[in-house]
Amino acid sequence: MYEFQYTKAGDVGQAVASVSPTGAKFVAGGTTLIDLMKLEVERPKLLVDINGLPLDRIESEGDGLKIGAMVRNSDLAHDEKVQQMYPVLSQALLSGASPQLRNMATTGGNLLQRTRCYYFRDVNYPCNKRTPGSGCSAMDGFNRIHAVLGTSAHCIATHPSDMCVAMMALGATIFVTGSKGERSIPITKFYLLPGSTPDRENVLAPGEIITHVTLSPPAQNAKSHYLKRRDRASYEFALASAAVIVELDGRKIRKAQVAMGGVGTIPWRSPEAEHELAGTEASERNFQKAAEAALRGAKAHKDNGFKIELAKRTLVRALQTVTQA
Amino acid sequence: MKEDSPDEPAKSGKSDSSTKSASQLSRRTFLGNIATVGIATTAGPLLQVGELEAQQVHQPTTDVAEAPTSAGTVPVSLKINGQTKNLQIEPRVTLLDALREHLSLFGTKKGCDHGQCGACTVHVNGRRVNSCLTFAIMHQGDEITTVEGLAKNGELHPIQAAFLEHDAFQCGYCTSGQIMSAVALLKEPCGKDDDAIRECMSGNICRCGAYMNIVAAVRSVRGA
Repeated sequence: MYEFQYTKAGDVGQAVASVSPTGAKFVAGGTTLIDLMKLEVERPKLLVDINGLPLDRIESEGDGLKIGAMVRNSDLAHDEKVQQMYPVLSQALLSGASPQLRNMATTGGNLLQRTRCYYFRDVNYPCNKRTPGSGCSAMDGFNRIHAVLGTSAHCIATHPSDMCVAMMALGATIFVTGSKGERSIPITKFYLLPGSTPDRENVLAPGEIITHVTLSPPAQNAKSHYLKRRDRASYEFALASAAVIVELDGRKIRKAQVAMGGVGTIPWRSPEAEHELAGTEASERNFQKAAEAALRGAKAHKDNGFKIELAKRTLVRALQTVTQA
Repeated sequence: MKEDSPDEPAKSGKSDSSTKSASQLSRRTFLGNIATVGIATTAGPLLQVGELEAQQVHQPTTDVAEAPTSAGTVPVSLKINGQTKNLQIEPRVTLLDALREHLSLFGTKKGCDHGQCGACTVHVNGRRVNSCLTFAIMHQGDEITTVEGLAKNGELHPIQAAFLEHDAFQCGYCTSGQIMSAVALLKEPCGKDDDAIRECMSGNICRCGAYMNIVAAVRSVRGA
């Protein structure tokens, strides 16, 4: 690991001021950053420790919820309000990582989780995300875990987070503070597709810090569910996952919100599937039509073609589960 | 470890202990030093620095780009198993390395060093964490408990006793991490059945495959 300097911020203003030098980074839970520092993928010159910031509360905001950026994954997952109002979020969080890591990982940090692409994580390989313009080793390499949606000729790395898939389905709003003040960003506008600049993963400006996330009140009669498919029963990243929120009127679907994980270069919201489901009967046939719509633009590479069918079945199963009486 | 230059670490800081002092040594010198330390038990880089006073607050320079490449060591005060320990270490020393390499608390194990195996599990303010994925300097003021701190007045923690009773290990390398996880699990919202125990213990990998007996040990303490 390369050397770095360390400072601890006491409030948000101090954090933003401290992180202004080139090469400075925030550290919260550290579960992604310190891992990547050991691999020398990340080489910050200064770490600004934000663990002392008063951003660790989960509060009601109107009929919705305000979640501080420093709220740990385990606390968010086990929060009574979250379990009651947004089961999909609690389920997604508990399906990710291990109890130890969930005790460390934060809400803000998880929104910025980096890909598990082997080539991104190994500095001996070219990678456009890590070293722009160096090439993509996954494209013709071993790409079983890679994305089938949102890919480009420059990057097929999968976004690894479970929490973000639930947040994407819920349509969370992300609040950030920078040297120019505060602003809010809908999560659907937060992530950037790789395109020709896979090193740019989101719309955060340099030095901006995520302070909190808000969730709209859940609709009446809405039910939600997260289903994750992976190589082992626990402590493994998704090969495919689905976060679904469905408002039912009898057996009729009034509205559906659908996001997919493990298959996209970003947490993947599917307006196509939602459109397909809206106003239809909750039936396997309609779920399958939605799944076809969700994966219509999917592009397989050498080893990950199986994900397309797996993702469809995952979505169908998730919809079956959530619409069960 | 890279194979191209067996006697020299390929790059600064690539060594297991992630400390500058170790990385600048060849493997031969490093092994020689271990022998010296073993015989003389002098305070070397592998041993506790001693009771240093916290003389100064570390202040980063404002222009990091022009800062010298060596950040150097800083005073770090840790509270471990109820005792305050003052260290002089680099910010890049993980909590795991601080425990093992600077405080001679070898009960906490280094497995993968990337948060994938759980061997390094300790408690920070009563919650279990992977000590390999956090820097020691980030834990000043925290209450840290390692496996050495579980027994009270010579009495094993019930989980420790249950691991012995149920033969919940073979080689023992993952055991302290398993025990730290199991102790934490008792206070966490974890379901009642064995599947829930398995899920709650899934952050700890056992290469020997002692899982059945680990689950039995945890079950016996929970009284399920």
